[in-house]
Amino acid sequence: MRVSFQDAKHLISLVGLFAAAVGVFVILRAAVVPAGFGKYGHYRAGAIDDNRARAVKFAGQGECVYCHDAQLQVRDSGRHKTISCEACHGPQAKHVASDGKEKPAKPDVIPLCLNCHEKDAAKPAFLPQVVKADHYTGTTCSDCHQPHNPKM
Amino acid sequence: MRKTRREILLSAGKYILLTGTAAAGLESLTGTASADTTTPASDGYKMADHWWGMTMEVDKCIGCGNCVRACSKENDVPEGFYRTWIERYHVKEGDMEHPTVESPDGGMHGFPPTSTPVDKSFFIPKLCNHCADSPCTQVCPVGATFVSPDGVVLVDQSYCLGCRYCVQACPYGCRFIHPTKNVVEKCNLCYHRITKGLTTACCEACPTGARKLVDLKNPKDPVHDFLRHYKVQVLKPHMATHAKVFYKDLDGSVR
Amino acid sequence: MVHAIPGVEGFMYPNEVELQWGLLVVVYPYITGLVAGAFILASLERVFRVEAVKPTYRLALLTALAFLLVAPLPLQLHLGHPERSLEMYLTPHKESAMAMFGFVYLWYLMVVLLVEIWLDYRADIVRRAQSETGLLRIVYRVLTLGSMNISPASLHVDERLGWIMTIVGIPSAFMLHGYVGFLFGSIKANPWWSTPLMPIVFLFSAMVSGIAGVQGIYMFSMWVRKKTIDMRCVDTIGTYLFYAFIIDFSLEMLDLLHRTYESSESFASLDFMVHTRLFTSQIVLQIIVGTLVPLAILAATQVLTLAEQTRKRMYATASVLTLIGIFFMRWNVVIGGQLFSKSFLGYTTYKLEFATREGLLTAGVLMILPLFILWGLVKLLPPWTEETAS
Repeated sequence: MRVSFQDAKHLISLVGLFAAAVGVFVILRAAVVPAGFGKYGHYRAGAIDDNRARAVKFAGQGECVYCHDAQLQVRDSGRHKTISCEACHGPQAKHVASDGKEKPAKPDVIPLCLNCHEKDAAKPAFLPQVVKADHYTGTTCSDCHQPHNPKM
Repeated sequence: MRKTRREILLSAGKYILLTGTAAAGLESLTGTASADTTTPASDGYKMADHWWGMTMEVDKCIGCGNCVRACSKENDVPEGFYRTWIERYHVKEGDMEHPTVESPDGGMHGFPPTSTPVDKSFFIPKLCNHCADSPCTQVCPVGATFVSPDGVVLVDQSYCLGCRYCVQACPYGCRFIHPTKNVVEKCNLCYHRITKGLTTACCEACPTGARKLVDLKNPKDPVHDFLRHYKVQVLKPHMATHAKVFYKDLDGSVR
Repeated sequence: MVHAIPGVEGFMYPNEVELQWGLLVVVYPYITGLVAGAFILASLERVFRVEAVKPTYRLALLTALAFLLVAPLPLQLHLGHPERSLEMYLTPHKESAMAMFGFVYLWYLMVVLLVEIWLDYRADIVRRAQSETGLLRIVYRVLTLGSMNISPASLHVDERLGWIMTIVGIPSAFMLHGYVGFLFGSIKANPWWSTPLMPIVFLFSAMVSGIAGVQGIYMFSMWVRKKTIDMRCVDTIGTYLFYAFIIDFSLEMLDLLHRTYESSESFASLDFMVHTRLFTSQIVLQIIVGTLVPLAILAATQVLTLAEQTRKRMYATASVLTLIGIFFMRWNVVIGGQLFSKSFLGYTTYKLEFATREGLLTAGVLMILPLFILWGLVKLLPPWTEETAS
């Protein structure tokens, strides 16, 4: 069959419709894609700063030395020397930021000690371990063991 | 010397500045670097200078749960989900394929004691492996999770769709959907801390030094000696994810 | 020694207990499968000139369109942030199989299906734009896209272009559903999913469900309209369904055989699951009720000489059972793939909810919605051959 241009003319509006849709998409894309997207890779560069923005809660061992030298000297002379202050005392960023005004809560001694020292077959041999029922005498751990240097 | 620094810092009165000095303190603690007291503040952080990972000395892990609790506090991890957790393994003699594993509340409250040491047993601390060829970032349809230029797998929570494809793709079970934010959540290696010269909350709280944050691009980092001297393994090496959490003394039954 | 978490047996990584993908993600591949299958059936007539299935040609196209319009809804509803879904188009991650969905979907909906339907219906649309009155006249006038030319030469152009679109459409339909299979098959972390057979199994099961779906819809609509069913047509479709089903079933058995024989790391875990938590949905509903029974029925229609009424009943039964079987195939892939721990040491349970965003009620609505859309489409663009002939 002989086909003239006239007979395919209805397809032009079809093509036009698609061209318009693609155009809208391209404009929308340019307008909506967040700034900094693709700067380092296929992601929003600002997401890195977002991840950095969180407030620190554990101040870090480096802070404690400024005020608690005495306790640290005790710690460093015993077997607890590898343990950071906040491992037992909890997060202290607020305590540091308030220049010590914000007082940390006193640790709950028995459960705290048992976290590490309760006897368990899976615990490594280097770790002193106790069976609570055999070891516990009705007092608290710190009555016999100075927590900063637990040797009796 | 110490006193003057303290005075200066306190008069500055800004916590963010304090964290810079913490780096020096930490380094002296772990014996990392020179005692340079003029460590720059957090603004001096250059992503290109770092490539973060972690080392785990399995034989030092005592399963106390300090890391899990610290992580939870530092990062406001929703209850019932874990950015880091501890597993306790019991392996019957030679039965590598059928270990008994448990992780009650991710080990957050420790483990109920086992008294009869018939089986081989040990603890395995886990967290995101910050894989360099990460299957989770590969599948994200929109670029809401990615490996940062310093090698940390991060999430853009303002861009995440919550499609959960990445949760399916992680071989280690490290990702979860935040129950109220409805976006994916995972360990970001305390990115807010490590970029200020601090170590991660879990490493800070670990009493035995079983886990250590390492910077594979820092030539002075003891990690280089560690990796040269010890036989190390990553989890599920057959997944070929280029994991950057290196385990020393890892038992073959661990998966 | 092991602590009891409700629904959990053995050890799961602590973040694994809850399933990530629920019923809606089962519904999604089921619906896209119907789309791809229906389109492939339609293209049989067009490309391979199978005259016998002509009565279902347009119906199959409209069925494909109706289901395709609903296909993204289950995904949309299961997102944690549905309002961000446009990001999938704006910043598609080229390495992500899921990101490509948007484009495969758009290509298939906009280019293949809509263009093909428009070209095929153009003469009808123009005629009705002239004969209808009121609102309908406006609707049809808009659908003409401004051209009233239905000269034989212009219709010849449409015919040729439509043929080309169908040729393009077949690989597109394959891609649409093959992609869905790839989405699961490419997750190396999950051994239940990770197999290169997954896209192929998805494709053939899509064809099976699409053919069964169109067969069922055709017979049902004829019954509703009190017209006689074209037996030559349903017999031919029945034959195709039978062959496609045999290929599909062989592939699934090959997968099963391969897994059993290899018995790799995950096998004990998966084997246990099939015998316990997945027993009803996998062995009973998918394999026995949804595959072996319809295959037996279809085989009987091929071998035996049966009365017309009997054949109709058998085709109808086979169609319904097939659709149930394929639904549970999707279920077993999606839900089954999340019931075991990636440590291979434990199992969890899927808790199906009812009136929640991702619950049974939503899924039911999503399954029925395409049928309503189809009803509307059929009213707007009647696919019946006897009417277009008059």
